[in-house]
Amino acid sequence: MGLKQNLHNFKEKNKDKKWLPLFSAFHTFLYAPNEVTSKGTHIKGADDLKRTMNTVIMALIPCLIFGMFNAGYQHFAAINGYTEGMSFLSGDFWNLQNFMVGFKKILPLVIVSYVVGLGVEFIFAIIKGHEVEEGYLVTGMLVPLIVPIDIPLWMLSVAVIFGVVIGKEVFGGTGMNIMNPALIIRAFLFFAYPTWMSGDKVWVSGAVKRTQEIADGAQLDAISGETILGSLAQGKEIAHSIWDMFYGFIPGSVGETSTLLILLGALFLIFSKIGSWRIMLSAVVGALVMGLLFNGISNAGWIGEGSKFYALMNTPFWQHLLIGGFAFGVVFMATDPVTASQTTKGKWIYGFLIGFISIMIRVFNPAYPEGVMLAILLMNVFAPTIDHYVVQGNVKRRLKRIKAKTA
Amino acid sequence: MSNDIRIKKGLDIKLQGEAEKAISTAIFSNFCTVKPSDFHSIIPKLVTKEGVKIKAGEPLFYNKTNKEMLFVSPVSGEVIEVRRGEKRKILSIKLRADQQQVFKDFGVFDFNNATAQTVKEHLLASGCWPFIKQRPYDVIANPEKQPKAIFVSGHATAPLVADTDFILQGKEAQLQAAITAIKKLTDGQIHVSVGKKAVSAFNNIEEITLHTVSGPHPSGNVGTQINKIDPVNKGEVVWIIAPQDLVIIGDLLLTGKFNAERIVAMAGAMVKKPRYFKTIIGSEVATMIYDNGIEKDANARIISGNVLTGTKIAPDGYLGYYDNTLTIIPEGNDYELFGWNKPVFNKVSTTRAMTFSWLFPKKKYNLNTNTNGEHRAFVLTCQYEEVFPLDILPMQILKACMYQDLDEMEALGMYEVAPEDFALTEFVCVSKQPHQEIIRKGLDLMLKEIG
Repeated sequence: MGLKQNLHNFKEKNKDKKWLPLFSAFHTFLYAPNEVTSKGTHIKGADDLKRTMNTVIMALIPCLIFGMFNAGYQHFAAINGYTEGMSFLSGDFWNLQNFMVGFKKILPLVIVSYVVGLGVEFIFAIIKGHEVEEGYLVTGMLVPLIVPIDIPLWMLSVAVIFGVVIGKEVFGGTGMNIMNPALIIRAFLFFAYPTWMSGDKVWVSGAVKRTQEIADGAQLDAISGETILGSLAQGKEIAHSIWDMFYGFIPGSVGETSTLLILLGALFLIFSKIGSWRIMLSAVVGALVMGLLFNGISNAGWIGEGSKFYALMNTPFWQHLLIGGFAFGVVFMATDPVTASQTTKGKWIYGFLIGFISIMIRVFNPAYPEGVMLAILLMNVFAPTIDHYVVQGNVKRRLKRIKAKTA
Repeated sequence: MSNDIRIKKGLDIKLQGEAEKAISTAIFSNFCTVKPSDFHSIIPKLVTKEGVKIKAGEPLFYNKTNKEMLFVSPVSGEVIEVRRGEKRKILSIKLRADQQQVFKDFGVFDFNNATAQTVKEHLLASGCWPFIKQRPYDVIANPEKQPKAIFVSGHATAPLVADTDFILQGKEAQLQAAITAIKKLTDGQIHVSVGKKAVSAFNNIEEITLHTVSGPHPSGNVGTQINKIDPVNKGEVVWIIAPQDLVIIGDLLLTGKFNAERIVAMAGAMVKKPRYFKTIIGSEVATMIYDNGIEKDANARIISGNVLTGTKIAPDGYLGYYDNTLTIIPEGNDYELFGWNKPVFNKVSTTRAMTFSWLFPKKKYNLNTNTNGEHRAFVLTCQYEEVFPLDILPMQILKACMYQDLDEMEALGMYEVAPEDFALTEFVCVSKQPHQEIIRKGLDLMLKEIG
């Protein structure tokens, strides 16, 4: 029983050491612990938090891999032009050249996100004397997927430290936070380093560097890539077909572009019962309702073509689901059980408002034409309020029972 | 009048080692122990001492706050040990049983012409009162309060528990006597629930309101039935009696003897020959578990009660006062390589996160006592609701208990619940929180502060 027994002996020997949670964190990854039930039920269900988090990561992996290919594709397309009418399995997209560009860029993002984030978690676990909690496993994978590809690693590190400490640990760690840590990290980046988070240079790998070189006097063509939302906000022509948007062959944050793969991830999360289908569905409905309202306004002619909101308002309502970070946010961020509404009814309201507000912010905020991040953060704050009213409903039903009796 | 209760939310945990429906008489155990901890919140005052010889039915101790409430000896014999813990708290009273049992004679009771007062006095004096429990608080009923209704669950759905229909076979006379007497204690009804297609001894009992229940566990929990039939409101009290205890009460009324005989299921994957036993409350289990049960020194968890709500006991431990099931399952004190991420086929789960119990709804499992993960803060939501049929918000009430907000606990329905109602939520909990303990502490706090 070599390794298993040795690790067990090591754990027993160092039982009272302060750094034991650090060892346990790795030990429990290799071996599920030998803990037995001591009070309450004598048997326990098969799931633990690690398994739950792992399920979400599995749902994210396709988006991550797609993001690597897309990074290369966007880079070369910005120089050589887009391939028209590409099918999802096209060799123009899925090739090693594309993959290597993205791999070299994105792997460091993933590593930095995990090393810095888990480092902070380890420090807090040792200071507070509890086990290392699993919350960051998902956050650490979300973060690289929701940032622009060329974001400098030091910025990411600063943001991750801020997000984990202020967003989570000050509230008491996993399960206690009010707002989604991954979105706090993104919001921090967005407000601290806005030039790296929006515009037409940051979404394509190498664009910022090329601009710098041109400014330094190099004889090169500038490359750029505007997100669909950016183009719409500025009333520009869109260079991509609907299918491109659905498949994800468009510029954007690393993992947010492929609606198809996000949809697959959503189905996996719903099937495994880890993600809340109520939130996902109601958010989509909320977005469609807001989109329809805007379509109605533009169709009624209340707003002229000259208006800067026109292009976005006039976008067919269902296309809002395909563009920007909406799908990614709704499937992977809004459903975070800790920061979402915790009651069944509350989830419907919470999801609907996220969808509704996302599209509203998207249309009315031309400086930064994406609303899902802010909508989710806003609803995170209001989730306890929603729950409060749902809980009061339950309480009132109970009080009514007495009244019916005494009356 | 018959009512139909259908439960949809819940979970049947199917385990290996169901007891075969044949009763054998257990090798008579020489030792018997009564543990005051079986009677939650009761402070015992001893009336006997070591070395005294007593008859079955003679008191061992009484309730400090109500001297009338006696707790009697299940056997006749000699008190050989009174074990005390910190602050001289009584932990257990051990008796060596006589070969020939002698009973204290309480006299045949004329229950047909009895009044509430005489029934109450008779049950208190004969040691049968502790079989009556109450909600709120899930403690022994307070004889001074009148219940709005009395509930009996004749349908057992927890994993591997003794089948109620089986153990009640041929006990109609005792049940009827007990029901007739108990009926005097309430102006309300006696609600009895039986399985939908069950051939139950209750089917022909009079003076009860019969309900049929169907659906997964916890449909057999009396708490679920109360919630569906007549939920407890603030200021109200309901009483609960287990059917096997009705038999003991009935025996007392008919024969004048406190007959602590009980049919117990010995079940679980570790048991060589799972079957039913006739034995006595408080008996030492060693004689039973080593007779076609388990090997000596087996790595086994012996549980007095079922796997969800029972108490862990040692091989030389004793059957609890209220338990009619003895479950033996393997201990899970071993590491499992990549246990947190590999596909799982041999454990039960309500999710489908690489756990495949949803594929095999009929499979019987051999679950061990491993926690399958470490204790964490609450993370997942709406997971408990799937296995919790009561109209109560489980996570919110648990949290209210943890931060001890009495107003909120009351508003969320604490008067209606007992720890056992939270056994399934505890089983499925991803964060491995001790739900039953949280609820018990919450109830104790309310009992102390509100009463």
